Amino acid sequence: MNYIGEHLLPGRIGHFFVLLFLVASLVATIAYFTAAKRQDLSEKQGWLRIARIAFAIETISVLSLFATLYYIISHHLFEYKYAFTHSDKSLQVEYLLSCFWEGQEGSFMLWSFWHCVLGWVLVWRSKKWEPGVLTVISFAQFCLATMLVGLYFFNSKVGSNPFVLLRNETAGPIFSQPNYLSFIKDGNGLNTLLQNYWMVIHPPILFLGFASTIVPFSYAFAGLMSKDHSWTKPSLPWACFSAAVLGTGVMMGAAWAYESLSFGGYWAWDPVENASLVPWLTLVAGLHTNLVYKNSGYSLRPTYFFYIISFTLVLYSTFLTRSGILGDTSVHAFTDLEMNTQLVLFVLVFFLPAMFLYIKNYKTIPSIVKEENTYSREFWIFIGSLVLFLAGIVISAKTSVPVYNKIFGTHIAPPEDAEFAYNQIQVFVAVVIGILTAITQYFKYKDTPKAYFRKKIWIPTLAAILISVAVSVFGNVNYVKKGPGFLFAIHLALFAAIYSVVANASYLWLGLKGKIKAAGASVAHIGFGLVLVGILISSSKKTVLSWNTTGITPLRADPKAKGNAAGDPAENITLFKALPTDMGRFMVTYASDTINEKDRKRYFEIDFKAKDGSEEFRLYPDVIKQNKGGEGFSANPAAKHYWYKDIFVYITSFQQNDHEDTTRFKSREAKAGDTLFYSNGLMVLNKIMVNSPELKSKYHDDETALFLDITVISKDGRRYPANPGIALKGQELRMITDTVQAQSLVFAFNRFLDEKTGKVEIGVKESSAITDLITLKVYEFPMINVLWLGVMIMVAGFILSIIQRVNGLSAKLRKAS
Amino acid sequence: MKKTSIVILVLIAASIVVLISYTGDLTTYETISSAKKKEGRFVNLIAKIDKQQPVEYDAVKNPNYLSFTAVDSLGNRIKVVYHNNKPTDMEKSERIVLKGKVQGDHFECKDILLKCPSKYKDDPKAIKEQLQTSVN
Repeated sequence: MNYIGEHLLPGRIGHFFVLLFLVASLVATIAYFTAAKRQDLSEKQGWLRIARIAFAIETISVLSLFATLYYIISHHLFEYKYAFTHSDKSLQVEYLLSCFWEGQEGSFMLWSFWHCVLGWVLVWRSKKWEPGVLTVISFAQFCLATMLVGLYFFNSKVGSNPFVLLRNETAGPIFSQPNYLSFIKDGNGLNTLLQNYWMVIHPPILFLGFASTIVPFSYAFAGLMSKDHSWTKPSLPWACFSAAVLGTGVMMGAAWAYESLSFGGYWAWDPVENASLVPWLTLVAGLHTNLVYKNSGYSLRPTYFFYIISFTLVLYSTFLTRSGILGDTSVHAFTDLEMNTQLVLFVLVFFLPAMFLYIKNYKTIPSIVKEENTYSREFWIFIGSLVLFLAGIVISAKTSVPVYNKIFGTHIAPPEDAEFAYNQIQVFVAVVIGILTAITQYFKYKDTPKAYFRKKIWIPTLAAILISVAVSVFGNVNYVKKGPGFLFAIHLALFAAIYSVVANASYLWLGLKGKIKAAGASVAHIGFGLVLVGILISSSKKTVLSWNTTGITPLRADPKAKGNAAGDPAENITLFKALPTDMGRFMVTYASDTINEKDRKRYFEIDFKAKDGSEEFRLYPDVIKQNKGGEGFSANPAAKHYWYKDIFVYITSFQQNDHEDTTRFKSREAKAGDTLFYSNGLMVLNKIMVNSPELKSKYHDDETALFLDITVISKDGRRYPANPGIALKGQELRMITDTVQAQSLVFAFNRFLDEKTGKVEIGVKESSAITDLITLKVYEFPMINVLWLGVMIMVAGFILSIIQRVNGLSAKLRKAS
Repeated sequence: MKKTSIVILVLIAASIVVLISYTGDLTTYETISSAKKKEGRFVNLIAKIDKQQPVEYDAVKNPNYLSFTAVDSLGNRIKVVYHNNKPTDMEKSERIVLKGKVQGDHFECKDILLKCPSKYKDDPKAIKEQLQTSVN
């Protein structure tokens, strides 16, 4: 059949470059491998030239793939499945790139793009290590290319091609018509959670972090192949780079979760978060043992192991997030694309050869028999690295529960309080690592004179003790939910974190005499300490401001009663439009809402007024309608930032009154003191007021006003006043109705029935249409900015280290030549 | 024995203890009937929302009370009570994981995990559905 209106050329171009990418990366792998093996210089050069050409073709292919897919998405060619599933016509230009990482194929492309960039830097800088290192990278590129081919070999699918046509992938009656495309008006659109500026920037950084872990791995692998261990010098700046970028990527994900997801926080120990944190921990362990080896000759064997395991864990995290295995435990993972076998192979094809070489050469890897001195830096760094590694393994083991279930057919589920299961262990890791980062720099390599160490360490120790005691006493860190033991651990960790900040800051003067060029490690440790401080304080002092205090019945259960889920905080507060509501320190009002046509978001204006009059501000949380797949909306929080805390708000639901109001007033007779019933409770007519001064604003000076004083008592015990009235001016009569929005009641004072008995006729309308309302959650996060500041300082420290190492390498090269 | 070896052994032992103690905290995935047998124990229920039964949520009355009926693959039903706001897109979800415990006649839910077609749009079934809606 000839289909009308299809654009098949971009797809053909795409398919061509996928295959070219596959072939070129295979050629590059073989050529680089041969170059690494050849001893003869001219022969080596020849293979190297072929390899570089192949790598260049590979790079061009990847760039062309990007350009082609971008063309398809930006031109809304919905005949392609990728464009249909991941984009739509209303998408803003800035989010077109986000469509790439919504799907697995696009994120694999992003990964290979970074491999290309890193590869060219290595071609330029790595000198004799180029063949070995690029063999590994080219092979990784080959593996990534297989993820994109989308071919069937012996009935099993290899890869998933982003350029497939919708009609070839999906069965449907509409494809029997040649003009089927004219029926497909729009695509499915981008997941609303991804329509956020963090989502434009977080995935590229995170993938650069993932991709860069291959460099230390490749150096280690090349070292094992050639039995030459001098790679440990050039690998150091790369490991720093990788730790900095991966750390930034992970924390950007945390910032995204905090700013745009309604999880109510920045970290939830979600499997997907863990999967990217664990490689970072092991990589940092490797970075430290690498440093130890360079300066003391110890810890080469662990360095090999840590670099191998870090990249393996990155691959493992790819498997976890992409295989669909986390479906029941994680809120954000990709779907199963029937590529699980391939993903497992992707892990093993790197891990097994590397481990084989590692074990085979273990004995030949130099190691010092005499053990480390207790008063040496290398001893304590090694202990710290080991703790980081084991912490990572523990996290990874917990995250992998769905994998055991799959393998052994069990039905194990995460614990009742999954986050606490992590926190109760990792808080002690924080204690150990905090203290180690504080003291270790005060030790020298090999041996430290005891007097020197004592002389230097006592000032920061004393300062840290004083500060942390002050924080513990006056900071009101009182997280009792998990018992006194955990609270003690939090305070201990706070001390360790503060110790780390103070001791490293002091070391800038005491140890380095202010030489900022050499201060990378200290600066990074200060940042790390601040991250810990920020995490500890903001998490343990996180408070719910939207505590529902309005007297709703079922939630008054005793929070201490064990096993009572209802004892959990009632964190949602309901706000009716224009009705100020009592919320702790504030009176909050849902003032208005507007729909922004450009980003298709509905912004709610929430006014906060402190009861003591000290402050007044507005926040604009918004919601965005789900794309075609869903009916609901997703919420984007808003936050009021102070230097010492954030007030964090997001909409949990909203109802808009868009029905025509068809109900009529019903007349009811009553006199003062009578009680009337309505569907959701009762109302009492207290009295009739003439020219009531409290209601002066409702009538003019020349009018005579009669008001009814009614109290509405709803079933749940809430009381609302209502004052319908009439205003008389000569013969003119004006009705003043009153409403109780929360109960959807409208009152009118119709007329006097009997002047003597005071009997009146009240018009009561129970509106069927609900009033505009929203439910909100409001949290307060103290000291969260310390966390973000810490991340930035830590990254700055890594950058300083990279500059220092790269300069050191260049200087050495200059000296040699 | 070397100091480092002792430290390594101690730390590895600690990690093993941690992991073993973790297995004590683990819970299980259950069906409705097996969860009923474990009344009061924290379990994970894999189920669907029974769309024939009403979903009760009224933010006016109480924004922290949601109640609906869950049905599992064996066709058993149970009333679910969740003291929180109604998750977005709940009705659209194909499968839900309910974390909580059976209490008397109902399932007291602490947390709900949704599996939505919108989140899992590469799912071929979901694509087909969406194709249908976009054509209409």
